[in-house]
Amino acid sequence: MIEEPLVRWDWIARNWDSGSPSAISTLLENHVVTAFLPVLLGLVVALPLGLACARWRWLYQPTAALMNVTYSLPSLVLFSVFLSVTGLTRATVVIPLTFFALAILIPAVVDGLASVPDPVRQSAVAMGFRPARRLLRVELPVAVPVVLAGLRVATVSSISLVSVGALIGQGGLGNLFIDGWQRQFYTPIVVGIALIVLLAVLADGLLVLAQRLLTPWSRARSTA
Amino acid sequence: MNWLADFFGDSAHWSGPDGIPVRLLEHLGYSAAAFLVAALIAVPLGMLIGHTGRGALLVVVAANAARALPTLGLLVLVVLLAGVGTVLPVLVPLIVLAVPPILVNTYEGLRGVDADLRDAAYGMGLRGPQVLFRTLTPVALPLILLGLRLSAIQVVSTATVAAFVGLGGLGRFIIDGLATKAYSSVIGGAVLVAALALAVQFGFLLLDRVVVSPGVRQTR
Repeated sequence: MIEEPLVRWDWIARNWDSGSPSAISTLLENHVVTAFLPVLLGLVVALPLGLACARWRWLYQPTAALMNVTYSLPSLVLFSVFLSVTGLTRATVVIPLTFFALAILIPAVVDGLASVPDPVRQSAVAMGFRPARRLLRVELPVAVPVVLAGLRVATVSSISLVSVGALIGQGGLGNLFIDGWQRQFYTPIVVGIALIVLLAVLADGLLVLAQRLLTPWSRARSTA
Repeated sequence: MNWLADFFGDSAHWSGPDGIPVRLLEHLGYSAAAFLVAALIAVPLGMLIGHTGRGALLVVVAANAARALPTLGLLVLVVLLAGVGTVLPVLVPLIVLAVPPILVNTYEGLRGVDADLRDAAYGMGLRGPQVLFRTLTPVALPLILLGLRLSAIQVVSTATVAAFVGLGGLGRFIIDGLATKAYSSVIGGAVLVAALALAVQFGFLLLDRVVVSPGVRQTR
């Protein structure tokens, strides 16, 4: 084997912001957009769908089965299927990742609403909350920890899965893996892995922080 | 649909070293090897920390971080470091992928067992290992199996990327198809992998029926 260092820092410095489409900062930006868009879309779709499933229980079984099937499809498989529909665009990666996010988020919303204790619901009714206000002011806030737990898993796996999109040219930081592989050059690969893990840890930390801010009562209880 | 007929109707795809049966066996080989190693690491470790409660935080945090590791990047790096041509480097990223779901679910399963049940088992005079194997494990089995199922599905579907570094498996049809713009091959390979993943899913659901004690199933 050649004596190639695992990381060449000068390569990183030269390619961080070189202005070309393969500059690391550009790839990072692409990666962030391609990873968060599906989670955001997924959340927007999963909330009403989850509410519907919680309201009409008979909807949940078929939805859960469908989501189970979706989740077992390999990302590369969905990418290649959508490749024939949407071509080499960002949508080819974003649409399948949205399905994966849905597969995690819909059960999270349903389980979250199911986690609201009955006495809490009944108290809200007794206090005069009408259904819509009760949902917004009581049930959804109480469901936040379970929903956010799902959101954390969805976000982290989305950030990691985007890189597979590099095989169809839309992988954000994943393109560094292809580059490193083709040139037998470690540095881009290590940079790609490090940035993806860093991004995931950062996003996860922000969500944990969001949960603390959104559920101040759980902190009050644990210190009491 | 024409693409499917093109791919599955072509008799050349059914025999020889790059036929569907050979690729399927290769795919199952990588997946099974990685899954077994991961299960041998993660189930005992999860049972140990679930039972003793020691090191739980560390393991859960590490498992979550490992979920973020991009398999494609890890694969490319390990293969470059270890040299092309052998199967072993492919197993490393797959094992890394497979361990966290098993570990976390095994741990959560054992932790989630009703404390009264645990106390009752000790009260009846069972010792630590007996409590673990005869009381906690059967009750935690549905969650342990869930972890194994999620992990197996991910391994089977992700083993597809092995083709990127020149190895076999069903990913060959997809990667080669993408490279030569032969979309019938891409779609055909995609359908095969999806079918395999669904078969694994179904197999684990059946296993769940067989090995989970009826008493545990009723209380769920």
